[in-house]
Amino acid sequence: MYKIVSKKSLAHKETLFEVEAPDIAAKAKAGQFVIVVPHEKGERVPLTICGYDANKGTVSFAFHEVGKTTKQMGCFNEGDCLLNVTGPLGNPSDIKRVGKVLCVGGSIMIAPMLLQIKAMKEAGNHVTTVLGCRSKDFLFMEEEAKALSDKVYVASDDGSIGYKGLDFLKDLLKTEKFDHCVVLGPVVMMRDVSEITKPYGIPTIVTVTPIMVDGMGMCGVCRVTVAGKMKFGCIDGPEFDGHQIDFDQLIQRQRLMLPEERLSSMLWEMHKENEGGCKCGRNKA
Amino acid sequence: MAETKPKPKPKIKKEAMEMPKQEPEVRVKNFNEVALGYSEEQALEEATRCLQCVKPQCVAGCPVEVPIPEFIKCIKEKKYAEGIAAIKSKNALPAVCGRVCPQEEQCQVKCVLGKIGEPVSIGRLERYLADWEREHGIQIPEKAKPTGGKVAVVGAGPAGLTAAADLIKLGHEVTMFEALHLPGGVLIYGIPEFRLPKEIVRKEVDYIEKLGVDLRLGNLVGRINTIPELMKSGYDAVFIGSGAGLPMFMGIPGENLGGIYSANEFLIRVNLMKGYNFPEYDTPLRLGKHVVVIGGGNVAMDCARCSMRLGAEVCLLYRRSRDELPARHEEIENAEEEGLICKFLAAPLKFIGNEKGWVKAMECQCMELGPPDASGRRRPIPIKGSEFTMEVDTVIIAIGQTPNPIIQRTTEGLLADPRRGTITVDENGKTSLDGVYAGGDVATGAATVISAMGMGKKAAKAMHKYLMNKK
Repeated sequence: MYKIVSKKSLAHKETLFEVEAPDIAAKAKAGQFVIVVPHEKGERVPLTICGYDANKGTVSFAFHEVGKTTKQMGCFNEGDCLLNVTGPLGNPSDIKRVGKVLCVGGSIMIAPMLLQIKAMKEAGNHVTTVLGCRSKDFLFMEEEAKALSDKVYVASDDGSIGYKGLDFLKDLLKTEKFDHCVVLGPVVMMRDVSEITKPYGIPTIVTVTPIMVDGMGMCGVCRVTVAGKMKFGCIDGPEFDGHQIDFDQLIQRQRLMLPEERLSSMLWEMHKENEGGCKCGRNKA
Repeated sequence: MAETKPKPKPKIKKEAMEMPKQEPEVRVKNFNEVALGYSEEQALEEATRCLQCVKPQCVAGCPVEVPIPEFIKCIKEKKYAEGIAAIKSKNALPAVCGRVCPQEEQCQVKCVLGKIGEPVSIGRLERYLADWEREHGIQIPEKAKPTGGKVAVVGAGPAGLTAAADLIKLGHEVTMFEALHLPGGVLIYGIPEFRLPKEIVRKEVDYIEKLGVDLRLGNLVGRINTIPELMKSGYDAVFIGSGAGLPMFMGIPGENLGGIYSANEFLIRVNLMKGYNFPEYDTPLRLGKHVVVIGGGNVAMDCARCSMRLGAEVCLLYRRSRDELPARHEEIENAEEEGLICKFLAAPLKFIGNEKGWVKAMECQCMELGPPDASGRRRPIPIKGSEFTMEVDTVIIAIGQTPNPIIQRTTEGLLADPRRGTITVDENGKTSLDGVYAGGDVATGAATVISAMGMGKKAAKAMHKYLMNKK
């Protein structure tokens, strides 16, 4: 059992858990992820690591309440336990001194992006951060990003805060030179940013979050095509070259189980209503 | 005078006692166990067929050397507790082996009765005793005095469980690291419920834990601790039984379309995550009406039989002929009884998708058999101009697995076969690193549960010797 030592609401339906997992905390690195199994009948959900504290023995990860499992996890409170947390999985980010780095984090992935920014900064890089969100209600950790980066830009889909969309990056790249770009966020955003950086030849690393089951190389559902070759998101990734990856296929594969996910989510909502409030069967410590 | 006359020997029945099974039309609609097990009467009758050979050939055929005539004699005398103790002196997982071992190629093929009729049903009798014990309470055997030796076992599958059981009984302290959230390895994620109920796997693992093995779940060695780190942190020896977890794909166009599963993904969703109970269980599984399973091994049969239980019409596509099918004969028979259609001598060339990126058809090519290849089986040769298209909405690729590379990638100095991905070992399971042993599929490539157990056993013996010499 893995105890939730703190639960923080980042924005509307966006939640951060800090969980007791000393083994993982001792080894975790930026770029890696964990697989969470919330309860006995639950799924295995991959979530990117947002922070770790080897002394405290904790690891944290954030999620957007969108499907059944994440909605259900949103009902877990401090002191509740998750059945299993496995990690750290995937390869750590290749963090080194490269010069000027552009870090673009979008929606829930802003949380793990901060870990990258911190690591990039510690390696001696100049870091420019872009925080992308749907609208101003979904922006979080802006202050933390400002404290860690040399420069922070904010952009939203609807323009309710900061720039409207990411097109401003095209202008930015015309005037500023970057040596490296890291993008964590929705696939469409990662695709768009990769397209923007490509003409400038800026090496661009994206973090994929495909459907996974085991997360350690067994099932192959996370397969992606990179430079025409089949790669597994879990053991070859999760970071890949944004200029080489087949984003369209990735988007298609992420939607493989959409009808089932919708059904599961709908049943959960109904169940919650009938039961009068949340009865998610969470594990008490 | 009748008393002095030697009693005429009872005539031995040539036919083995049939195992009661669920009827095909019933079982294809549920995930309950197909074979129901012997009753006491049936077990007793089958046990009397054993000739109690002085030099039993069956034992020689068993990779873990179970004292077969001895346990069968115990059944005959209704000494069931003694019988199961005899099995467990060599085999920590009898309820599993009694169900999934290919006895027809191992112990039973050597049985002398096989020359005049059917061999003794050794597997079924083993299962009878194991099931008897589970109902009557599992006994924990005495362990040797603590040796002070500390061992790490990587992977709680058949090889690891066997090695762990043997090492702890010899007095060593054993910690077992399992990467998944449930123990059992292929027994829990691979072999379906209807062939091996998960409750039975759980009980077998319980037994190993009761012996005193410390089981750590969700602990991926290579990511949390590497092998050298384990050795440094106080383990005197390590056994790697991490299995053959990496699925093979065909490398043909369209393989990343929706509806194309690796056998591993399909089986993990169905077995480990209980996807057949979706949405009660959260892991979904989308299966169309027309499923094609590519491959011909036991894993392919398991995928096919699961799919039929989930309501699909299933066709098995195999590039050789029926004679070369690597699956157990019994499994093929069971699957065909349940409605499996086999298409031999054909292989896919490419997958064709619909506008939503979901597979809708498969272009295939017919094969003919040429001379035998390196595996000893006749090589399939494509027939030019024989292409045909098959409509299909789900494809399961069951063409094999290779070892998971995480440990090999994170352990410096550990010799591995670059082509097959297997860890290189000697006949006792010793790797290129001092104190590090390996066994099961990670060393052999995908094989059977019992061969993995046999290697776990051999390695445990060698590790015991290593640990005792080290002191």
